[in-house]
Amino acid sequence: MINFDVIVIGGGHAGCEAAAASARLGANTLLITHKIETIGEMSCNPAIGGLGKGHLVREIDALDGIMGRVADASGVQFRMLNKRKGPAVRGPRCQSDRKLYREEMQKILTNYPNLIIRQAAVDDLWIKGGDQPSVSGVITDTGEKISAARVILTTGTFLRGMIHIGDERIPAGRKSIANEIEQPAIGLSATLEKFGFNLQRLKTGTPARLNGKTIDWSVCTEQPGDQPPVPFSFMTKTIKVRQINCHITHTNEKTHDIIRKNLHKSSMYSGHIEGAGPRYCPSIEDKVVRFSDKTSHQIFLEPEGLDTDTIYPNGISTSLPVDVQEAYIRSIVGLENVEIMQPGYAIEYDFVNPQQLLATLETKKLPGLYLAGQINGTTGYEEAAAQGLMAGINAARASAGCDPFLLDRADAYIGVMIDDLVTKGTDEPYRMFTSRAEYRLKLRADNADQRLTELGIGIGLVGKDRALRFNEKISKLRLFGKILDDLKISPNEAAKYGLKINQDGVKRSAKILLSYPNIEFEQITNIWPNLREVPTEIIEQLVVDSTYSGYLERQEADIVAFRKDENLILSTSLNYNLIGGLSNEVKEKLSKAMPTTLGAAARISGVTPAALTTLLRYVKRKDKKAVA
Amino acid sequence: MTIFALSSGKGRAGIGVIRVSGPQTKNAVFALTKKNISLNPREMTLNWFYDPDTNEKLDRGMVVFFPGPCSFTGEDVAEFHIHGGYAVVGGVMEALSKLPNLRSAEAGEFTRRAFDNDKMDLTAVEGLADLINAETQSQKKQALRQMDGELGDIYKSWRHQLITAMAYLEVSIDFSEEEVPDDVTSRVTPIIKKLKGDITKHLADGHRGERLRHGLQVVILGAPNAGKSTLLNFLSQRDVAIVSDIAGTTRDILEVHLDLSGFPVSIVDTAGLRLTGDEIEIEGIRRAEQRARDADLKIVIIDVLEPSVPDKLALNHLGDNTLVLLNKCDLLANANHSLAPGASIGCWDVSLKDGLGMAPFMEALKAQVENRMELTETPSLTRTRHRASLRSAEGHLDRFMSAEHAEIELLSEDLRLAARDLGKITGDVDVEDILEKIFTEFCIGK
Ligand SMILES: Cc1cc2nc3c(=O)[nH]c(=O)nc-3n(C[C@H](O)[C@H](O)[C@H](O)COP(=O)(O)OP(=O)(O)OC[C@H]3O[C@@H](n4cnc5c(N)ncnc54)[C@H](O)[C@@H]3O)c2cc1C
Repeated sequence: MINFDVIVIGGGHAGCEAAAASARLGANTLLITHKIETIGEMSCNPAIGGLGKGHLVREIDALDGIMGRVADASGVQFRMLNKRKGPAVRGPRCQSDRKLYREEMQKILTNYPNLIIRQAAVDDLWIKGGDQPSVSGVITDTGEKISAARVILTTGTFLRGMIHIGDERIPAGRKSIANEIEQPAIGLSATLEKFGFNLQRLKTGTPARLNGKTIDWSVCTEQPGDQPPVPFSFMTKTIKVRQINCHITHTNEKTHDIIRKNLHKSSMYSGHIEGAGPRYCPSIEDKVVRFSDKTSHQIFLEPEGLDTDTIYPNGISTSLPVDVQEAYIRSIVGLENVEIMQPGYAIEYDFVNPQQLLATLETKKLPGLYLAGQINGTTGYEEAAAQGLMAGINAARASAGCDPFLLDRADAYIGVMIDDLVTKGTDEPYRMFTSRAEYRLKLRADNADQRLTELGIGIGLVGKDRALRFNEKISKLRLFGKILDDLKISPNEAAKYGLKINQDGVKRSAKILLSYPNIEFEQITNIWPNLREVPTEIIEQLVVDSTYSGYLERQEADIVAFRKDENLILSTSLNYNLIGGLSNEVKEKLSKAMPTTLGAAARISGVTPAALTTLLRYVKRKDKKAVA
Repeated sequence: MTIFALSSGKGRAGIGVIRVSGPQTKNAVFALTKKNISLNPREMTLNWFYDPDTNEKLDRGMVVFFPGPCSFTGEDVAEFHIHGGYAVVGGVMEALSKLPNLRSAEAGEFTRRAFDNDKMDLTAVEGLADLINAETQSQKKQALRQMDGELGDIYKSWRHQLITAMAYLEVSIDFSEEEVPDDVTSRVTPIIKKLKGDITKHLADGHRGERLRHGLQVVILGAPNAGKSTLLNFLSQRDVAIVSDIAGTTRDILEVHLDLSGFPVSIVDTAGLRLTGDEIEIEGIRRAEQRARDADLKIVIIDVLEPSVPDKLALNHLGDNTLVLLNKCDLLANANHSLAPGASIGCWDVSLKDGLGMAPFMEALKAQVENRMELTETPSLTRTRHRASLRSAEGHLDRFMSAEHAEIELLSEDLRLAARDLGKITGDVDVEDILEKIFTEFCIGK
């Protein structure tokens, strides 16, 4: 029997990134998934990125992950969201060709060094050790045992998955593109429960798919993409895929009437579904009920690919019966004669309360078992992929006997997400928003490489090509950044070039001038014509980097204080009930969350500064990653 | 940042020690003594202390300087040893809070600095735990009391305004693809303008509200005409409540602020507890019950001449923070001690009208006050802390209003920082609060 270092279960977005990261670090990795041909499948909307989510993709890419490159190779429409707002809140997004995405993902993974892929259904974990159980492999539904000391579960919506359409209920992990039922994972849920994991239910939904040939496009508003498209990956120079348009239409009073009349037939409203759904992604039933004064809701008609007629109508997910779906969809302008290719549905599934995880995404209960993706209560491909990446890295590093690799809230959105999950848990599907990041001005999509690639190179996670390109870029940024720092001009002198600055006699560098919102690079080149030779992308980056300089300097002090607390480690075997001087409420909260650092303890609501002082007695300093 | 706090724990007459730690320590000493006195390490010197703004003399006392790293926190530390009276301690604290880069310490902050500089004796922390716990409990109570009143309503409305403003900004950032208003700044600006105005006004208000609410709360309870108002008059030694023989004179709450063994105490006289149909009186009784629940100490008065009146309503309030007075004992030949109830701190036979038997009761009351106040933070500290947070929040809102930058993410950053400051007073503003507001207000769901 071959012995693997790391086994990844599930070929979704978390699983793909986990398997690739583990293999990149040199671990002997096996990816097991139900079907090879569904690897990289997008269960819902074929779109990648957005606000917060696009940031995650850039960060994954900065650590040499695959999602960004796959999106670039399959994107049929790219848009930079919030283009007109500042760089910190711009988020790249693309509409992908579902098939191209899957194929590109499969192509990359099947040729990945150190990675073996197998098609099988995993039914159980193979556990060793009675009193102190730990993982030693997996057991498939044919009873085969495959050994590995580290297993990453990325089973998405498959754990005891249950599809709802009207009052119909079908046990399933999801529906395939061909409208076939994919089998749920039942055995694994039972195993997790057996080892004391707390499983809860969540719900999400998807709209019907439409035949584009039967849509009257002439009455819909066209929505073009950006020209030229801005890629996700720092490695992609240009997008080669043909670009197409999306369209927008709206629901109307008639649509809402039909929905209102049939509300009792919706699985959501008839009480069939117990799990909580996402507040930011309500079904059309929810929208009509909760915002009854709105007479119309916008629908994005998004093509699922270049050589398919399937259209994804974004904004009308539902769990109404098929005939009602047909009726309300056909009441919408442009969709009067539409053919429904696949009805919408809601799905309910088990997730593991992520407070049961360490920041490495290893479970506290079962050493060697890692969880990533929707199984942790998140939703979205990007959230899943980012967790997969971190679980893959940490499982591989653990098997090589290395320390954990962690990102904190001041490093990356990845750090924000994982910290939110493991310290606070979640009771609705967790999605990334930029407002979750307190260091939002620092954590930008444009500087993900500057924030993370070097860390990745440090642990051997980043391939040669990227490392080379990154180092080139950085040395250029340093070189030209220094030049901009050194070029100085007095306000008096600057005024001669038409620059409006405070006449306070203080000389300013070219870099500082660039950080003023009312000064353009062009004007500065009038003073120093040589600057015209600096490569455009370098100048652009330097301008963005200086946009927030004032705020960022102030934020640095916050970050230092924050990191101080992050470096004070609390043992996860601490018995809070035995600590004097903590109120019962605080004891309960700490026992539930089992925070791993003093900083994490501070972020649990209700934990007072006084309680934190008490905890100082029990912390250990982390020596690495010394803080200034 | 340089921090300061009262470290002697007691607000009682005798000596109060205010400790300062951080890089500005020397300057703080110079500022309060108004001279560049030579600071020999660990040497006490006698000085006058002044308010740096008004030059008002605050107190005459000792100051001692411990240069870092050989100090309790590892930083430069100074201790002001002053007269421990409440007003003096409060005055010196206020004076320190006016200095640049000085602020009052957060709970546990001295210990934290000592820890960060490897100065902390870990065994010492164990004893700290109990103290800190008691401190939190009493702070919580203080905070609750504030949140209950008028001040609480103000704070709640500030928090609400801020969340609304932040929700508008964040929705236009995170959900710009959705059908949400795009003129957010014009919606948010009036909210922030009002909020800022409110805070400025509050800061200029001479902190009237706060002064009323600080101190230990002692509530007097009892049936109508049992002698509550007489006790209040006895304690305050002037006629504050109308004392008459007609039951139900004190319909509302009467409050007197006293200095009891050097501690600020609020004595609250309440409407007589009885079953009644009078609506105004019912309201008065409801308020009395409310104040009783929040009180630190309760004094229940029972009229021994009226044993037939089952003083059930008053007896409901007995507990480990209750002192019981059996009034009008002089008029009863042999005091009927069967009335003496079980669960309480103690029970005293008195005659309030002529002050008979009051001495032992006063002893007990003072002991209770001292006991409780020793663990309570001085109100002036809470107050300086609040004011500092409010001032800082005001600064961030100022920056927002001046809006030299129109970038929405910077406006949002200003509000986030303001929320962090205000949150210390009004309760944290979490991203979840903002998201909740967004999802109830806007139909998000692409
Ligand atoms: C109906 C529906 C609606 C959704 N709506 C939205 C939405 O509106 N917005 C949004 O952001 N996200 C939505 N999503 C979520 C998005 O699809 C997921 O968040 C994302 O795909 C999760 O990635 P994952 O890697 O965790 O799991 P998945 O992509 O679900 O992948 C799980 C993989 O594991 C395999 N697997 C499972 N169990 C086993 C087993 N026992 N043995 C072997 N292989 C196994 C499966 O075959 C599959 O390949 C929706 C998902 C569904 C199903």
